[in-house]
Amino acid sequence: METTSNLRLLLALLAPLAGAGLVMLTGKRPNLRESASLISAIVLAGLVLSLVPAVLAGEPLRFTLFELVPADMAASLTLAPTATALTISLRADSLSMIFAVVASVLWVLTVFYSAGYMRGLREHAQTRFSACFALALFGAIGCAFADNLLTLYLFYEIVSISTYPLVAHHQDDEGYEGGRKYLVYLTTTAKALVLPAMVLIFVLTGTLDFATNAHSGIIPAGVHHGLVTILYIACLLGFAKNGIMPFHHWLPGAMVAPTPVSALLHAVAVVKVGVFSTVRVMLHVFGVDLMNDLNLGVPTAWFVSVTILLASIIALSKDNLKLRLAYSTVSQLSYIILGVALLTPAAVEGGLFHIANHAFAKITLFFCAGAIYVASHKKNISEMSGLGRVMPFTFGAFALASLGMIGAPPVGGFISKLYLLVGALDAHSIGIIAVLLASTVLNTAYFAPVVYQAFFGTATPVAHTAGPAHGHGDVDAKPAGEAPLAMVIPLCLTAVASVALGFFPDFFMRFAHGVMP
Amino acid sequence: MTAPTDAFPFLSTLIFSPLAALVVLGLLRSEQVQRWWTLGFTTTAALFSLLLLPRFDSGTHAFQFVEHAAWIPALEINYTLGVDGISLLLVLLTTLIAPLCVLASWSYIKHRVREFLIALLLMETTMIGVFCALDTILFFVFWEAMLIPMALLIGVWGGPRRIYASLKFFIYTMAGSVFLLVALIALRLETGTFSLPATMGHPLGAGFQAWVFGAFFISFAIKVPMFPFHTWLPAAHVEAPTAGSVLLASILLKMGTYGFIRFALPITPHAVQEFAPYVMWLSVAAILYGGFAALAQSDLKKLVAYSSVSHMGFATLGIFALNSGGIEGATLVMINHGITTGGLFMVVGLIYERVHSREISAAAGIGRQMPIFATCFGVFCLSSLAFPGTNSFVGELLVLAGGFKISTLLIACVVPGIVAAAAYNLRMLQKLAYGGTHNPDHSKLLDLNFREIAMFAPLVIFVFWIGLNPQPILRLMHASVLNLVQQANPVLTQVAALP
Repeated sequence: METTSNLRLLLALLAPLAGAGLVMLTGKRPNLRESASLISAIVLAGLVLSLVPAVLAGEPLRFTLFELVPADMAASLTLAPTATALTISLRADSLSMIFAVVASVLWVLTVFYSAGYMRGLREHAQTRFSACFALALFGAIGCAFADNLLTLYLFYEIVSISTYPLVAHHQDDEGYEGGRKYLVYLTTTAKALVLPAMVLIFVLTGTLDFATNAHSGIIPAGVHHGLVTILYIACLLGFAKNGIMPFHHWLPGAMVAPTPVSALLHAVAVVKVGVFSTVRVMLHVFGVDLMNDLNLGVPTAWFVSVTILLASIIALSKDNLKLRLAYSTVSQLSYIILGVALLTPAAVEGGLFHIANHAFAKITLFFCAGAIYVASHKKNISEMSGLGRVMPFTFGAFALASLGMIGAPPVGGFISKLYLLVGALDAHSIGIIAVLLASTVLNTAYFAPVVYQAFFGTATPVAHTAGPAHGHGDVDAKPAGEAPLAMVIPLCLTAVASVALGFFPDFFMRFAHGVMP
Repeated sequence: MTAPTDAFPFLSTLIFSPLAALVVLGLLRSEQVQRWWTLGFTTTAALFSLLLLPRFDSGTHAFQFVEHAAWIPALEINYTLGVDGISLLLVLLTTLIAPLCVLASWSYIKHRVREFLIALLLMETTMIGVFCALDTILFFVFWEAMLIPMALLIGVWGGPRRIYASLKFFIYTMAGSVFLLVALIALRLETGTFSLPATMGHPLGAGFQAWVFGAFFISFAIKVPMFPFHTWLPAAHVEAPTAGSVLLASILLKMGTYGFIRFALPITPHAVQEFAPYVMWLSVAAILYGGFAALAQSDLKKLVAYSSVSHMGFATLGIFALNSGGIEGATLVMINHGITTGGLFMVVGLIYERVHSREISAAAGIGRQMPIFATCFGVFCLSSLAFPGTNSFVGELLVLAGGFKISTLLIACVVPGIVAAAAYNLRMLQKLAYGGTHNPDHSKLLDLNFREIAMFAPLVIFVFWIGLNPQPILRLMHASVLNLVQQANPVLTQVAALP
C-alpha cells in the first residue's frame, strides 16, 4: 500500500510531462492531440484524487527522484554540524493536496474549454500551445509535490519558462512585450532573491527539506535574527508569481495571452504556484514558532494589505475585463498570504481554503471573459451592456463567481472570508479586519456593475444576421447567443463548483486543517 | 604520492595516438576520407578514454595510471604522467569534445582540410598532455606546444581579422607563459626537483611563495582569462573557426583554472591564503563584467565569449574559496562550461553556416523554421543561465555555497551577475526562437541534419545527465578535492574573513 501510493505520486508528476510529449507527437492531428491532453489531464486528476485517502490518513507520501549531492559531501557545504542530501524529491501532504487537487481537476475542464476557444478563434500554433500548457501543469504539480526547497525552485522555474510561449502566443508586439515583462519579473526575482536565499539557508541549516509540521521550521536557533528576516523577505518577494506588489506587473502584462491561459495559468496554476511556494516557505522552512518569535507575521499581513487594497482600486479603473480580473487576482492572492501570515489556526485555514475557492471562482470569471470574447469579440466592460440577456448562462456563472470573490454567503468565498475574519480577531488585529471589510466593499464595487450592466443595461445594437456562434462559425459573427458548448459547460461547472464549495467546504477544509492541526 | 605504475600505458596511448593518426592522415588523399578518418579516430579515442573509468580508484587522492621514465637525465627532467580525480575529468572532457570538433568543421572548413585536421589532432595531443603531466617541464612543454596549433587554427581558418586575433592570442599567452617558466625554474632551484608531486609537499618560505604565486597568477589568469586579462578572448573567439572556438572555450580556458588547482593551491598555500580574498573579488568582477558585457552584444560569438568570462569567474571564485564545496563546484563549472559553451559555439557556427552572419538580428526568428535546432539551442541557453535541472546549476550551487561560507557580502555581489546571465541567455533565446514581428526570411533554411544532431546529442544528454545525477562526477573528484583542500589550508586556517 505504502509503496504504490508513493509510486502514484511519481506517476502524477509524469502524467502532464507525458501529455506534453504526446501532444507534440500527435500535433498534426488535432482531435488526437486534444485527446492526448484530455487523457493526461484525466489521468493526473485521477492519480491526485487517489492520493487523497492516504494523505488524510496521516503520514505524508514521499518519493525521491534524484540525489544531487549526497549527505557526506553536502556536510562540507554547510556551517551546520550535520547535513542532509540535496535531492529532487516529492512529497504529498495536506498542503500539497489543496493545490494539486485544484490544479489537476481544473485542468480537465480547461482542456475542453481551450479546445473550444482555440478552435473557435482558429488560433495558430495550437500544438505548441497545448504542449506548453501541459508542461506548465507539470511544473505546477511539481511545485505542489515538492519535498524540499530545491525541488520547489526547480519546478517554479519550469513554470516560468514553459509559460513564456503561452504569453507570447500571438507573436505580435503586444505579445512579445507582455512576454518580456513576464520573464524579466519572474526570472529576475527568482534568480536574485530565491536562489541566494536558498543557498544561504542551506549553508546555515544543512538541509533544504521542508519541515514535517508547520511549527518548527528548519532554521536552527542561534542564526542571527536580522539574517533570518532578510531571508524571509527574499522568499516573500522572490516568489513573485504570488503577485505581491511591487512585483505584480507581470500579471496584467500576461493578459495578452489567449484566455484559457489567463484562466488556468494566471488565475490558478501559475499564480498559485507563487502563493503556494510562499506559504510553503513560511510554514515549512521558517515555521510558525520562529515567525512568531521574530514578529514577522503581522507586518507581513500589513504589507500584503497594501496589495489587497491597491490592486482592488486599480481594478476599479480598468475597463478591459481581463485586466480587471487580473488586478482582482493580484488582490485576492494576497488574501491567502494574509491569512497564513496571521499565523492563527483559523486564519491559516481560511487563507489555504481560499486557494481552492479563488481558483474555482476566478477560473469561472476568466472562462466567462473568454466565452464573451469568442461569442461577441468584446473585451471591454463598457461594451457588454445588455449582453447578459444574450448569454444568460455565461453571465449567470459570472455573477455567481463574482459573489465568490466578494465573499457573499452562498459561495465558497464566504467561508474563507469568515475564517480570515475569525483569524484576524484571534490575532487581535482590528486593522486587518478593517482591511478585509474595505476590500469586500471594493470587490463589490468592481464586480457588481459588470453583472448589473450585463443584465439590466441597454444593449448595444446587435446584428443578428451573421451566422451561428455555435461550433466553428464565422469568427467575426456578432453575438447571437452563447459561445460553443465546449466553453459554456466548463464555465457552468466551475461556477456550480464554487457554490458547492460554500455548502461543502469540508473536502478542502480537512486538508487546510491538516496543515496546522 | 604516486601509485605503482600501471601495466598498460593508458595515458601515453591517449596522448600520442593522435600523432600516429596524424601520420595516417598524411597518406589519405580524399578530403572526405580524411574527415571520416579523423572522426573515427577521435571517437575511438573518446571510447578508449572511458576505459580509464572502471580502472580509476576514486577512493584515493593519489595520482593513478602513473608512467615514469627518464627524459633528460642531465637536468633530472622526467617523463611522468598521472591523473587524479580532477584531471581525469578534464581528460575525459577533452576526448569527448574532440570528435564533436571534427563534426562541427565538417562543412565549415572548405580549404586545407588536411592541415586543419592535423592541427586538431595536435591540439588533442597537447591538451591531454597538459592534464596528465606530472613533471613541471613536461607540463610546460605541452602547455607551450598547444599554442602553435591553436594560433594556426585561428590564423589560417579564422575570420577577416584572423591575423590580428591570432597574434593577440599568441602574445598574451606567451607573455603569461614566460612567468610560468620563471616560476617553475625558481621552484626547481628551491626544491631541487621538477617533479610536481614532490614540489607539492615541499615547505617554502612565505616571501618566496608570494613571488611564485604572483608568477603563477599572471600566467594562469591570462589563460582563464580572469578580468582584467580577458581582452584577448573575444577577439580570438570571434575570428576563430567553430572548432577553434569550441576547443578554446571547452578545453583551453580550463588550463588556467587547472593550473591554479594543480600548481598554485598545493605549491604556494600560504600565498594563496593571503591573496585568496583579492582573487575572489576579481572573480566577482569577472562574473559581473562578463555578464553585463554579454548583455550588450549583438554579435552572437562575442556574447558567448563574454559569457565565458563570467562563467570562468565562477570557477576561480570556487577555487579560491579554498573549501571542498567551492573547489568541487569550480571543477564542475569547468566541465559544465566545456559542455554548454562548447555547445553554444557550435550553435553559433551552425547559424553562421546558414545565414552567413553572426548578428542576432540576422538570425532573428530562425527557430520558427528550425524547431530541432531551437530545442538544442534552448537546452544550451538554459544550461548557460544555470537553470535548475541542468548541469551548470549544480556547479553554481556548490560554488555559491562554498562562497557563502566565506562571505555573505561577496555572494550578494555575485547576484547581479546571475541575473545578467538569465537576461542575456533568455534574450538570445527569445530572439533566435521567436524574433520579432518582422524577421528576416528564413524560409529556405533547413533544420539540423543527421551530422548536426549527432554533434549536439551527446552534449544535450550530458547537460541533463550531470544536471540530475552529478554524483558520479562528484565522487570521482571528491578524494582529490579533499586532499587539495588540506594542501591549500596547511595550518587549517580558513581564508581571513572578508568584510
